[in-house]
Amino acid sequence: MLLTIIIFLPLLGAFLVAAAKCINLGDSALKGIAFLVSLLTFVISVSLYLNFDLVPENAGMKYYTDIQWIEGLGIKYQIGIDGISLWIVLLTTFLMPICILASWNSVEKSISGFMIALLALETAMIGVFCALDMFLFFVFWESILIPMYFLIGIWGGRRRIYATIKFVLYTMVGSALMLVGIMYLYFQNNNSFDLLQLYGLAGSIAPERQKLLFLAFFIAFAIKVPLFPFHTWLPDAHVEAPTAGSVILAGVLLKMGTYGIVRFCLPLFPAGVVAYTPLVVTLSVIGIVYGALVAMVQPDLKKLVAYSSVSHLGFVILGLFALNHQGLQGAILQMVNHGLSTGALFLIVGMIYERRHTRMIADFGGLSKSMPVFAVFFMIATLSSIGLPGLNGFVGEFMILLGSFVSGKFSRIYVVIATSGVVFAAVYMLWMFQRVMFGKLDNPKNQELKDLSIREIAVLVPIIVFIIWIGVYPKPFLSKIEKSVNNIVILNTKDSSKSVLGLVGTSADLKTMDLNSHE
Amino acid sequence: MSSTIILLLISPLVGFLINGVFGKLIGKVSSVIACVAILISLVCSVLLFSEVNNKAEHGDVSYFDSSLYEWISAGDLSVEIGIRVDSLTLVMLLVITGVGFLIHVYSIGYMHDDHGYARYFSYLNLFVFSMLILVLANNYVMMFIGWEGVGLCSYLLIGFWYEKKSASDAGKKAFIVNRIGDFGFLLGIFTLFAAFGSFGFEKIFHDAETGHYVKVFGENTLKIATLLLFVGAIGKSAQIPLYVWLPDAMEGPTPVSALIHAATMVTAGVYMIARSSVLFALAETGVYVAWIGVLTALLAATMAITANDIKRVLAYSTVSQLGYMMVGVGVGAYVSGVFHLVTHAFFKGLMFLAAGSVMHAMSNELDMRKMGGLKSKLPVTYWTFLAGALAIAGFPGLSGFWSKDEILHSAWDGGYHAVFFLGLVTAALTAFYMFRLIFVTFHGQSRVEPHVEAHLHESPPVMWVPLVVLAVPSLFIGLILGWGGHDSAFHHFLGDVFHVTKHQEQASSSFPFMLVSTIVATFGIISAYILYSKSSPKDEPENFPMELLTNKYYIDEIYDTVFVKPIKGLSQYGLWRIVDVVVIDFLCVGGVALFTRGVGGLLRYIQTGVVQSYILSMVIGIVLFLGYYLFIYS
Repeated sequence: MLLTIIIFLPLLGAFLVAAAKCINLGDSALKGIAFLVSLLTFVISVSLYLNFDLVPENAGMKYYTDIQWIEGLGIKYQIGIDGISLWIVLLTTFLMPICILASWNSVEKSISGFMIALLALETAMIGVFCALDMFLFFVFWESILIPMYFLIGIWGGRRRIYATIKFVLYTMVGSALMLVGIMYLYFQNNNSFDLLQLYGLAGSIAPERQKLLFLAFFIAFAIKVPLFPFHTWLPDAHVEAPTAGSVILAGVLLKMGTYGIVRFCLPLFPAGVVAYTPLVVTLSVIGIVYGALVAMVQPDLKKLVAYSSVSHLGFVILGLFALNHQGLQGAILQMVNHGLSTGALFLIVGMIYERRHTRMIADFGGLSKSMPVFAVFFMIATLSSIGLPGLNGFVGEFMILLGSFVSGKFSRIYVVIATSGVVFAAVYMLWMFQRVMFGKLDNPKNQELKDLSIREIAVLVPIIVFIIWIGVYPKPFLSKIEKSVNNIVILNTKDSSKSVLGLVGTSADLKTMDLNSHE
Repeated sequence: MSSTIILLLISPLVGFLINGVFGKLIGKVSSVIACVAILISLVCSVLLFSEVNNKAEHGDVSYFDSSLYEWISAGDLSVEIGIRVDSLTLVMLLVITGVGFLIHVYSIGYMHDDHGYARYFSYLNLFVFSMLILVLANNYVMMFIGWEGVGLCSYLLIGFWYEKKSASDAGKKAFIVNRIGDFGFLLGIFTLFAAFGSFGFEKIFHDAETGHYVKVFGENTLKIATLLLFVGAIGKSAQIPLYVWLPDAMEGPTPVSALIHAATMVTAGVYMIARSSVLFALAETGVYVAWIGVLTALLAATMAITANDIKRVLAYSTVSQLGYMMVGVGVGAYVSGVFHLVTHAFFKGLMFLAAGSVMHAMSNELDMRKMGGLKSKLPVTYWTFLAGALAIAGFPGLSGFWSKDEILHSAWDGGYHAVFFLGLVTAALTAFYMFRLIFVTFHGQSRVEPHVEAHLHESPPVMWVPLVVLAVPSLFIGLILGWGGHDSAFHHFLGDVFHVTKHQEQASSSFPFMLVSTIVATFGIISAYILYSKSSPKDEPENFPMELLTNKYYIDEIYDTVFVKPIKGLSQYGLWRIVDVVVIDFLCVGGVALFTRGVGGLLRYIQTGVVQSYILSMVIGIVLFLGYYLFIYS
């Protein structure tokens, strides 16, 4: 019940905003309603975390609800979360009030429509991460496109129509493949979309079929992540999207892809995983380096951050396919980390865009002098993105790289190349920071810039708190993830150990595997 | 013991937080807070030292190793935040907090008029905190946290005057070059984990000695692990080929150069290898360390000869001396390497601060060709600088003499004869460039510009008192700790921390080595006197070798041409403009769109909307179908 409230409360808020608009309430009232609803949603969702260990579980899922929806077709309203989705749901509810607060003064046309779109989007996003019925999942998955289409298409930049259509078409291509996969699984699963029931049958699907199904789902998710070479929609979407849209896009929507891989590809198609691991890992490592190098030469701040996402998400995929505790937990933590640090970076870019109406790095320089408080926040977000120990990014990257190093599912050469991404990250982020913040403050337009307002500080402080918290004491976050990851590790160890050992078996790998399977 | 350690560690962090958050409000008070924070740490270090000493005398377990909390856990991975205090840690603690405290005090005077006063002191406190994390760690990951933390502070402090492009460039360069080293360090840590299933020093060293570990890379496991760790040390301790960041790091405020880029942070690499002595000894990779070290020492010393910027001379000298330390730990003489680390921290810290005092007097002038004859105007600065120069040059009986001599002696005994001779050449060069600096700056005719000459003044007491205090250990600490060679106080104190290799037992008498060192040092000083006591360096290099040296062998330019520019060009034109924009987006994605549109466009001609043509095609279709069915199929 609690989960249902959290899912639909934002939608209710959207209706409230619409109603308020109808009775001609002022803009600030509309914004106030939207903000309070999203804040309330976040407060309620925190109780998910607080009671997480207390509530009963059903097949690894907590806050479980299972109601018939369309009985004849075996479609159910089936929701629940585990230690993996918990954090992504919390990330979503956490970022939404921040996004609303950040858009307080920047939305010029139809503020009501903007808030409605954001709140509707929140419902759909939380729904995706809670749905355990594949049909329900697909409904939420697709319904994200509608508010996002409007967010970019109405409140976006100059080339917004091009960007929004590109975004929708890319996603639809993947969705079509996934739909075919879901239909196939439906018949395999005794005419049911029940995902938990399907987990029990996963081994019984013929390996050849598993490979095809893996591909169908994986491509859908890879486009969303985005994995190289499916990434070219991302820079366009980010550049055109309003600040809140970019934050949600980077913070949550990209995680739908990686989450989908964890929820579908890894536990359902172990044979597919084994078959495609070399390809996937190659692409993710290319993405890490490629994203970093291309980010380095971007003249536009938003594009730079967008390409850096390609690089960061490459790390996440690498960690997932290490298929051991370190890699998987690191990857899942890194999804949250990326949401925080990249979210903060987009907010920061939005803040100077509001002041200067440009995002070109060359237009800036020396802002540290006129905006010292801003400089501190920007520095912390930058360092978090670079993966400095003591901040959140390092914990995730370290676990991912370590997990991949000892995994034995693929060659260590991949890990060596991926680790070089750590160097490139420092190059493109610090160079960008230098050009924007350091140097002489010689442009008159930059000299008059005001430092952050109280509202803007309130937007950034919560994110920074978590950036430091996860960096210094990540254990509470990891401990919730650990148990949920266990099943995936065991499944993929049992089913694929033979073929994997044939490829790379060293004694260390054996050792890790033994330890993993004992747990 | 543990509460003292926590206080020692936390105190600079608290200082950083207070100054970082309230710096704007408290203004000049920030320096007091920063100094008190470090003073507390210093007192704690001294307390710890006496405690450990006491215990050692009573034959108790004299080290402390304990975990504070579990930081990361996943499967069989467990990373702890844990503390280890043994005699090696204590040596580092005393150097960091002792020299650190003096430099904090000195900074009160040096940074007096700076806008970023509070910011400066908060960074400085954060640095000390990170450095303490680095040396207090009981495992490699926590060490890495401190390692990157000091790198961050170095970045922030080098680029402290961020409005200067050269300063922010230098900061960025330092961070990135260090990251290249960290890339190796990280992989080394991964290898250790794969082999030992742990990051803890205690477990790794024990298992390494008993051979109880997984040979991930076969017989080469330890070799690969230690060489990767060494890559990290190469970055942090500015060795070939990653030394290029350190000379540029002189863009930072001078006390920073003294603390971070001479006394403490840059020696972290040496500390790390000394800490890992068991691994390096078992893997027999010390030979690489020794060779990289001696080559760096020599290369940097040659570059110091032609530099005319005081701080750059000191920077190259630091690189060179770090090379010496590497030789020490490389040939297995870990105690001697750490010994040189300690003496160097004092005399090089002293010389940087004295150089800062010169800058203070000279309106931030650094070019020694515009100085000369400063001896009478800045007496305290001169005499303390001279003390440091004599110490580093290896003047008999002074600090550098003892530590450098031990290293060279050990190199010879360990069979590294070529290393020994190169080290000796470096020693001569060291004496030469240091006294070239002394003569050109402080002796001879004054070449100071008149308007600068007008307010030439000795620094205030808050600056010169630390100089005098530092001069004492710079002169005598070598004698106190190093007397007696391998029976010295320092060897006794540190002895049981390191893995003792066979040739470390002293084989030959040290007298001949001392004699040779003395001759070499004297030779260097006298040559400098002959060449520079009357005349200043020429403005233009006269011949090709000099030109090569003045331009630092064009190494920066070579790196720029070979690495930086190609990567930028590849990214800009190859990857972004061609692969991303043209190949993926235009050809592939656009191709799909174009194909769809093309097919649609063709199909459009079928749907003309003219009913007659629909009927016609229907009729044709039926005729063909029936025809096929009736005549061909049957």
